[in-house]
Amino acid sequence: MRFLMRDKADQHRTKKRVAIILLFILLIAITFVISVNVGAIHLSPAELFQTILGNGTDQQELILFEFRLPRIIIAMLVGAGLAVSGCILQGVARNPLAEPGILGITTGAGLMVVLALAYIPPDQSLPVGVMPFLSLAGGIVTAIIIYLLSFDNHNGLMPNRLVLNGIAVAAGLNALLIVVSLQLPEQQYDVLAVWMAGRIWGADWRFVLTLLPWVLVLLPYISLKARTLDALTFGDEVATGLGVTVEKERLKVVAASVGLASACISVSGGIAFVGLIGPHLARKLIGPTHRFLIPLSAIAGGLLLLAADTIGKAILQPSEIPAGIVVAIIGAPYFLYLLSRS
Amino acid sequence: MAEENRSSDIHKPHIKTRPLPATIILVGGILATCISLVVSISVGAADITFMTVLEAIFRYDATNTSHSIIQELRLPRSLAGVLVGASFAVAGAMMQGMTRNPLADPGILGINAGAVFMVAVCFALFPSLSYNGLILFAFIGAGISVVLVFGISSMGKGSVTPIKIVLAGAAVTALFTALSEGIGIYFNLSQDLAFWFAGGIAGVKWTQLKLMFPWVLGALIVAMFLSKSITILSLGDDVARGLGQKIKQIRALGFIVVLLIAGVAVAVAGPIGFVGLIVPHLARYFVGVDYRLIIPCSAVIGGLLTCLADIGARMINAPQETPIGALFALIGVPFFLYVARKEGRNL
Repeated sequence: MRFLMRDKADQHRTKKRVAIILLFILLIAITFVISVNVGAIHLSPAELFQTILGNGTDQQELILFEFRLPRIIIAMLVGAGLAVSGCILQGVARNPLAEPGILGITTGAGLMVVLALAYIPPDQSLPVGVMPFLSLAGGIVTAIIIYLLSFDNHNGLMPNRLVLNGIAVAAGLNALLIVVSLQLPEQQYDVLAVWMAGRIWGADWRFVLTLLPWVLVLLPYISLKARTLDALTFGDEVATGLGVTVEKERLKVVAASVGLASACISVSGGIAFVGLIGPHLARKLIGPTHRFLIPLSAIAGGLLLLAADTIGKAILQPSEIPAGIVVAIIGAPYFLYLLSRS
Repeated sequence: MAEENRSSDIHKPHIKTRPLPATIILVGGILATCISLVVSISVGAADITFMTVLEAIFRYDATNTSHSIIQELRLPRSLAGVLVGASFAVAGAMMQGMTRNPLADPGILGINAGAVFMVAVCFALFPSLSYNGLILFAFIGAGISVVLVFGISSMGKGSVTPIKIVLAGAAVTALFTALSEGIGIYFNLSQDLAFWFAGGIAGVKWTQLKLMFPWVLGALIVAMFLSKSITILSLGDDVARGLGQKIKQIRALGFIVVLLIAGVAVAVAGPIGFVGLIVPHLARYFVGVDYRLIIPCSAVIGGLLTCLADIGARMINAPQETPIGALFALIGVPFFLYVARKEGRNL
């Protein structure tokens, strides 16, 4: 009898979780329609529908398929990737403030992209597909530096230190970025300035195709590791007791998380705080089980960045506020709020 | 901080003072600053010899081009470097002492970003504001940051730890930087503001310097008056209370001084971080834990370091200039990591 009741409660909870996920997907759909409509030329929901069915004018098709759609897809993919990356880092570091942007992984990855932009002549343009690999190299080196700095022979990894050292390393890398950027000719400097502000600049199908394989490989891989992540959240001893080879598994998921974040920011620029807000929102709504947490984090992150990009486009027409700035204005107070309660 | 003695049965804490090294630093530092000022003035796009520099300062000839370059461009800039460096260093020293936080620095704790934000607001809304008005706004912005950072880090259940304060500072910095960038884009001021974001003293003129000087001097004098109390505060609130110190009043006054000098320095030079972190640690290493010595020594070392950094900033990537703020961050970050690791459990 009791068993049956628990079963029912479980069923009820699963239903609730599915409902939350569906609600978020609906919100994304609404934001999508709004985002398509925002810009120099409006595309009303009716026109959007007609254009999708193939009945739009040439101009409408051009705007939708060549300009707005790739940008929207990039925003959603990047938001999802950064949020899942943050979700993993928070679980592994057992620190609610961990996030690729705050830990400096974003800056390290960005520095590599900038170096590439700076030292490769503009006429020999770099194949877009190389960018994620470059930024991955930068992200991984940064992650290793921060990990080693926060590692102590007596206490092992110190989660508290992780964020402190990450902030410091990010400040140093930022300074390096400024020094490098000043050597650039003016035209390339503009590209860099846009990149640093976190504008979704690669709004082009090439970038979508660059980013897509990374997301399609790493997201399912991370989802498969959901149980391991649950175990790691309880602490090293418990995880070992549950049969997890802690160091090896931790390395795998962190590598996946850094890879995801690096690939994302190589097309989006330096965007922080998405990896903080997405997972937190998800954890509040759906609980700490990674099986549900990861998908909802991804959806929430995608929604957040799409909304931020839309807001940035909408409030200042014809000029735009980069999505990274909009996210920081929302995200920094949220970080402070979390800090005040920790 | 090893000399700290917190046991309550000792009524008069023994404070190690080392007046001799302090005297050496003060005298030697001032001499070194003078020499590096002359070097700093002679370094630049136009080649100017030392003799010309000295002549331009002591026997100014308005018809001589070299003299007017020195008088109008290089001298104010170099002097501003010294003043700004001294200001940030003293602000850092006072904060480290009053809050017993070895990682305190006006840049790290978000004070500079708050000041920059208000400067951006001024640029956007009151473009005709006087320079003194700008300084006042920078002061207000710095104050908002301090209230935010210390308010938020003391709100939680646990005690106020240096780590919490640094994290809050980083978030406040991110917030104000994003807001300033937003203002820059909205009012089409990005170019004008870029100078403040990067932190540099390249364009400083005499008028700015003249306005800055009395503020810095006044703040330094008040800081010296407070220095004895800051030493006692740095031993812990319990000891300070036992010795009859009015903790709240001293902290309030001390923070007003910190905000003023940091705000003035930001209004002149933009947010330069890490000077306020490194210099007081250096000073403490040489002269002990007495803030009557740490504060003046920090001022001298901070001025000297910034003057040297400014020379370096012009030579590294000549003829372009490297922002001095970036240069200090490159030196300061390893130092920060070192202090964070060394202080270990105290954080």
